[in-house]
Amino acid sequence: MILLWLLAVPAVGGALAWGAGAAHANWSRWISIVVLSLDLLLALSLISPATSTGHTAWIASFERPWIPQLGISFELDLDGLSLVLILLTLALSLISVVISWTEITERVGLFHANLLWTTTGVIGVFLALDLFLFFFFWELMLVPMYFLIALWGHENRFYAAIKFFLFTQGSGLIMLIAILVLVFIHQHATGHLTFDYLALLGTKMNSTTAFWLMLGFFIAFAVKLPAVPFHTWLPDAHTEAPTAGSVLLAGILLKTGAYGLLRFVVPLFPDAAHAFAPVAMTLAVIGILYGALLAFGQNDMKRLVAYSSISHMGFILLGVFAWNTLALDGVVVQMLAHGVSTSALFILVGALQERIHTRDMRFMGGLWGSLPRLSAFGMFFAIASLGLPGLGNFIGEFLILLGSFHVSVTFTVFAAGGLVAAAAYSLLLVQRAFHGTVGSFPDKTRLFDLETPHLVVMMVLTLSIVGLGVYPQPIFCQVAPGLSVLQRSGQQVSTGPRARVVEQP
Amino acid sequence: MMTAAAFRAFAPFTLLGVLTIVVMLLIAARRDHRLTALSTIIGLSLCCVALFFSAPDAPVPVTPLFIVDGTALFYAGLVFGSALIVAIISYTYLASSAHAVCEEYYLLLLTATLGAAVLPESVNFASFFLGIEVLSISLLGLIAYASPRQGAAEAGIKYLVLSGAASAFLLFGMALIYAELGTMSFARIGVEAHTGDPADLYRLVGVAMILTAVGFKLSLVPFHMWTPDVYEAAPAPITAFIAVVSKIAVFSVILRYFNLADNHGDTSLRLGLAAVAVLSMLGGNLLALLQNNVKRLLAYSSIAHLGYLLVGFLAADSLGNRAVAYYLAAYAVTTLGAFGIISLLSAPGTGRDADRIEDYRGLFRTHPFLAGALTLALLSLAGMPPTMGFIGKFYLVAAGVDGRLFWPVVALVVGSVIGLYYYLRVLVTMAMPVETIPVQRTAVPLFGKAVIAALLVLLVTLGIYPAPAIALIRVTVGHG
Repeated sequence: MILLWLLAVPAVGGALAWGAGAAHANWSRWISIVVLSLDLLLALSLISPATSTGHTAWIASFERPWIPQLGISFELDLDGLSLVLILLTLALSLISVVISWTEITERVGLFHANLLWTTTGVIGVFLALDLFLFFFFWELMLVPMYFLIALWGHENRFYAAIKFFLFTQGSGLIMLIAILVLVFIHQHATGHLTFDYLALLGTKMNSTTAFWLMLGFFIAFAVKLPAVPFHTWLPDAHTEAPTAGSVLLAGILLKTGAYGLLRFVVPLFPDAAHAFAPVAMTLAVIGILYGALLAFGQNDMKRLVAYSSISHMGFILLGVFAWNTLALDGVVVQMLAHGVSTSALFILVGALQERIHTRDMRFMGGLWGSLPRLSAFGMFFAIASLGLPGLGNFIGEFLILLGSFHVSVTFTVFAAGGLVAAAAYSLLLVQRAFHGTVGSFPDKTRLFDLETPHLVVMMVLTLSIVGLGVYPQPIFCQVAPGLSVLQRSGQQVSTGPRARVVEQP
Repeated sequence: MMTAAAFRAFAPFTLLGVLTIVVMLLIAARRDHRLTALSTIIGLSLCCVALFFSAPDAPVPVTPLFIVDGTALFYAGLVFGSALIVAIISYTYLASSAHAVCEEYYLLLLTATLGAAVLPESVNFASFFLGIEVLSISLLGLIAYASPRQGAAEAGIKYLVLSGAASAFLLFGMALIYAELGTMSFARIGVEAHTGDPADLYRLVGVAMILTAVGFKLSLVPFHMWTPDVYEAAPAPITAFIAVVSKIAVFSVILRYFNLADNHGDTSLRLGLAAVAVLSMLGGNLLALLQNNVKRLLAYSSIAHLGYLLVGFLAADSLGNRAVAYYLAAYAVTTLGAFGIISLLSAPGTGRDADRIEDYRGLFRTHPFLAGALTLALLSLAGMPPTMGFIGKFYLVAAGVDGRLFWPVVALVVGSVIGLYYYLRVLVTMAMPVETIPVQRTAVPLFGKAVIAALLVLLVTLGIYPAPAIALIRVTVGHG
């Protein structure tokens, strides 16, 4: 039941915030904060104390018949992996509300409604274990996100919003076909029409069919992740979105792609995924290097961060297809750390744009003198993003590389090159924006440093990234049961030479 | 020969016939727009209610021409319901104009509905043809209904000529089949066709000619040329009627013909229909991209939607039939909503409807409710949750996948993605800022808003919880 509340609270809250926005803008802001905090408390209450892998993976479940005629049920299940991602989702949504306080002044009610509904959709994606329900939420979260970009974005927002929508919707429909073929194959084999993920696991089919179905799912998730060559929507969408939109996109929506790969692609089609792993890992390495290279070439600060996301998400793809305990732990930490550090960078770019009315780094420089706090946080998160030991991103990337080393030395070597490139573009960002001579940005009248709400947000994000980097063990404990179940489902992939993987402590 | 059960079951349709005569006499007695509209609306509501009383007697044959069964009642319900909504919208539309004569409009609307309502029950070429002709000839009058708008007469003539040609094809096709098999009953044709020579040329050519005529009525590519012009020139409520009522009626009768006459086994016909489906989905959506007129845009989009429906048609099993039933219901609710909003925004006296895409600029500011409603309608057309269009599209893809229709399903997916682009374009326009505040805001009648709100509630409720609708379809349209 609590899972239904997790969904219902932000959904209803969105409608409330919309209605309240008509009366007073601040009401919808406060309603959003209350609603999200409430939901966060609900999610926190679900953290299970269990630390051993012997514990059953599912922490909570909820199931009701939905469209019984088609074998579709409203089935929500939560394991450690979902829980961790939902916590990230709610925390970042809460932060999005805080940092939009001054940036969004038009149609405030509708803005917060869309923000909360996006959150609802994403939570639904992380909870749904009925494939139809999953697809429902997968499509549902696009609509409010589209409005966030199209209505409150920057100069080129309509183009970016439509591109985002078309890419994700098109790939989603390919996944729908794959889902349906899978369901009908299962029906012909067992005589039982169902969209239940747990029932569909281990459906027998010939390897060609399995390969095409796997590809259908993979494309949908690879577009969302995004993996090269499906990444072109990302720089536009991230750049044109309002700050809160970029935070939601980078922090949360990209994670749904990674989650899909973990939850569906490999467990449902273990053999096909195993056969496909070299291709996927090649794409991952290309993404890591290509994203970093493009990030290096950007003048627009927001675009730089966006391209760095492609590079970071490449590590996630690499880790998923390495599919061993080390790599998967790394993937989880990388998702969280990327969510935190990239959101922080987008918030800082947004704050900077509010002050100097440009994102172009050619006009920046020497900002440290006038904006010391903002610049200090900027440097901190740039360094986090390049993978400095002691911070979250390092743990993620290191574990992924360690895990993939057992699978393929070649891919690991090339992927490690991404760390060097990350150092280059991150330091370049710091150098061009904060150091050197004072730039010629258009508006020098509003150069005030970060205010208290932003400072609090930044402190929270800093503490999280340090916490992830210094003591990630609670996260590992939380996700271990869920991951081990997934690993057992995707077993065929982890047999063979990969069995040597060192057991995690 | 007709039993009491048959009389009871056929009562809704008899009632509609009586209603038409009553309204005609009423107009002769007293010319009053409000009175005519009210009696039409009440009469159509009574017809809807009467359907529930015929349900216990179904299935029952009514003369050799008709059968009243679950399928017939379901589609007749859609026809009556849609006609009722068109009548209500028409009242708000015509009441806002200083139009001299608008009583006969309702008479034509009723005869058109009568023609459409007998099609779902038809099991014979005679009733098939009569229904289509009554529908088309009444529509001709409605399209060109005395109006100051330019192009109305032109569109009427265009419809007349092409409709006549289509009818000729239909008759010729029926004649060929009759010449070959000696029967006009759908079921007998199915039986005779199986006993005879499998490659009977007359029958195949006959069916192909019938399909040509039906393709015209359903505006499938390549018989779609008339659609955008007629949609654009007709009054907005009538565009809704053509887009919804006539499509539902014709689709239901051709579906019944194919099921009874067992034409699904003909490979050549299937191949041709699959090609028409793919062409309609791609052609309709691609041409819609080029439109700057919302009515034309929706015309091309309706071509694509009929193409989607053919996927369920080609699946030709119980899943396909149910998918078609749900999709037609979703399409009816959505399209009525969309054209209803266009009607409410239009001022008919000015000679043109609010159909240019610029008319919708900044609609979120000027008419927030209607803009929100149109957003949901467009999302439903695009097949996004939480609307009926999403469930409908899912249903069709499921039917297509189950029927192993690879290319039609691929075309459906590609078409949907293209379609999304132009629906979003309208959305974006509505969200754009307005440079100048329009001098006079057209006041939207509360009555019209209530209809739109009711449609929206249906659209979202059955989009989130479609089980009741699917249960109804299972009971009526059934498993077979």
